[in-house]
Amino acid sequence: MLIDTENRELLSLPTAELLRLAPFAGDFFSSLGLELPAEEISTADYFASLDAELLEDLGLERQTLAERFTAFMELLENLKSGIDNAHIESITIRGGHDKSGRAEEFDLTVKPGEVICIVGPTGSGKSRFLADIEWMAQGDTPTGRTILINGAAPDPSQRFSIEHKLVAQLSQNMNFVMDLTVEEFITMHAESRMVDDIPSVTAAIIKLANDLAGEKFTPQTPVTALSGGQSRALMIADTSCLSTSPIVLIDEIENAGIDRKRAVHTLVDKRKIVLMATHDPILALMGDRRLVFKNGGISAIIETSNSERANLALFEEMDAKLGAVRNALRNGERISHTPLLA
Amino acid sequence: MKLITIAGPPSSGKTAVTIKAIAALQREGVHVGVVKFDSLSTQDQSVYEKQGVAVMSGLSGNLCPDHFFVSNVSDCLSWGAEKGFDLLVIESAGLCNRCAPHIQGVLAVCVIDNLSGVDTPKKIGPMLKMSDVVVITKGDIVSQAEREVFSYRVRQVNANGTIINVNGLTGQGGHELGKLLLNAPETPDLDGRLLRFSMPAALCSYCLGQRKIGSDFQMGNVKKMDFK
Ligand SMILES: Nc1nc2c(ncn2[C@@H]2O[C@H](COP(=O)(O)OP(=O)(O)O)[C@@H](O)[C@H]2O)c(=O)[nH]1
Ligand SMILES: [Mg+2]
Ligand SMILES: [Zn+2]
Ligand SMILES: [Zn+2]
Repeated sequence: MLIDTENRELLSLPTAELLRLAPFAGDFFSSLGLELPAEEISTADYFASLDAELLEDLGLERQTLAERFTAFMELLENLKSGIDNAHIESITIRGGHDKSGRAEEFDLTVKPGEVICIVGPTGSGKSRFLADIEWMAQGDTPTGRTILINGAAPDPSQRFSIEHKLVAQLSQNMNFVMDLTVEEFITMHAESRMVDDIPSVTAAIIKLANDLAGEKFTPQTPVTALSGGQSRALMIADTSCLSTSPIVLIDEIENAGIDRKRAVHTLVDKRKIVLMATHDPILALMGDRRLVFKNGGISAIIETSNSERANLALFEEMDAKLGAVRNALRNGERISHTPLLA
Repeated sequence: MKLITIAGPPSSGKTAVTIKAIAALQREGVHVGVVKFDSLSTQDQSVYEKQGVAVMSGLSGNLCPDHFFVSNVSDCLSWGAEKGFDLLVIESAGLCNRCAPHIQGVLAVCVIDNLSGVDTPKKIGPMLKMSDVVVITKGDIVSQAEREVFSYRVRQVNANGTIINVNGLTGQGGHELGKLLLNAPETPDLDGRLLRFSMPAALCSYCLGQRKIGSDFQMGNVKKMDFK
């Protein structure tokens, strides 16, 4: 409750002082459609001075403003400390049962930096599995699974808190919909995370994304003008650097315009737990394990063996050849003239 | 019986997520009914019926559907009690950004979608700011960054509510939403209950059906823009 009284005291500080202590506090006013109070006025006095008609128009009630303000300041603190407290050493999925009630009988523990592949046909239970992780199932979902964080049941308050969201998702049909340049876009994301040095984080993300993407783009490129590969590269770079979620789910990284292996390595380097729904042989072999889905449950967990991995070189060679043909097509060449096919 | 009000802009996914949550509740034997409020016509009646959900529609004609809602909500409750529902969901039209059907002591849900843009949360009035549960939909088509910024912006204007992402198409999150709906308090009757926020008076001549343009025809609560 210490935070609470501290936040109440913030109410009586002159605005200039408030903004010095908490630079993001200004967002409180703009998010409610209010103007920033004058420097020398305290937030409490400002609330008292607001025009009744203005409040009516904004759909606000004067007596709830102070409460909203303290809740907002608490949110800022939680977000800031959420970044430091996001110490997840392991996530354990304790098996439940499939659609026919057959027990799954496994305890799967995953750690930062691991890559887990998810395989199985559509409708085999992959989405439910993710939902179980996302909402930290406690035997109370249709699969009966239980999720443990660092070996223990999570605090119930974390189940629905956006500050503790476990899963970030990147999938093929996701697109950027905002009318912003790459730089503005990443800056906006960084601001919502209250990152300290926004310009350098933004620059680092754009550089990383350019390393992953086949074709380069600039900070001034509108996000909606990025190609599929560039979008995916930017999403991966952004998620690896700015998302607090310890797990990143990717479904099928398309072949064109992005270095798939490096994309996965980028996430691994940032200590993400990578869950990848893929039937791509090269990506599947990058996984430490494969979860096989069937009838709403996990029917097997396959460790990637050395003999399986021995195929990787061959698959990569085949992949490179196909890639060269693709490039030849793009450049208007004849396929039969591509020397690599020999 | 538990009562729930669901509001949100048109096409934000209110019907879609409500159906997914109801389906999850029905599997657990919960008996759920729906009342849908709209202005001139509603397709939702048949959408709910197709899912085997008992549904009533209320059409407000040229009144604000939320005003119409308040005049009829007690009767909705009686209908639900008569039908023996465990839970009655009222879906609002979501046509009026300034009104909200939310009632004190009744679980209030607001549904908004990621596609509406990150500036939307601050533009939506009490129906978002005063809700207990905020459901965010259409996360399947925008980037992770936009989802994170969007939920942060929702948090900014509603710091105490529970935010939940639900996919109205696949139903991911529907089970969890159902659990939150079941937490609603019992509402035996509504007489004397208060709305969470006063509804603005519909007092200008155009509210009352005037169609002619010009200052001679403007009456009542008329506000003028300042061009100076
Ligand atoms: N892609 C996607 N579409 C959705 C989602 N939720 C709802 N929709 C679609 O959005 C449209 C409007 O949904 P509806 O439930 O009728 O909105 P309402 O007017 O708020 O009741 C429908 O075509 C839905 O199928 C979602 O999570 N993802
Ligand atoms: Mg609807
Ligand atoms: Zn209205
Ligand atoms: Zn009017």
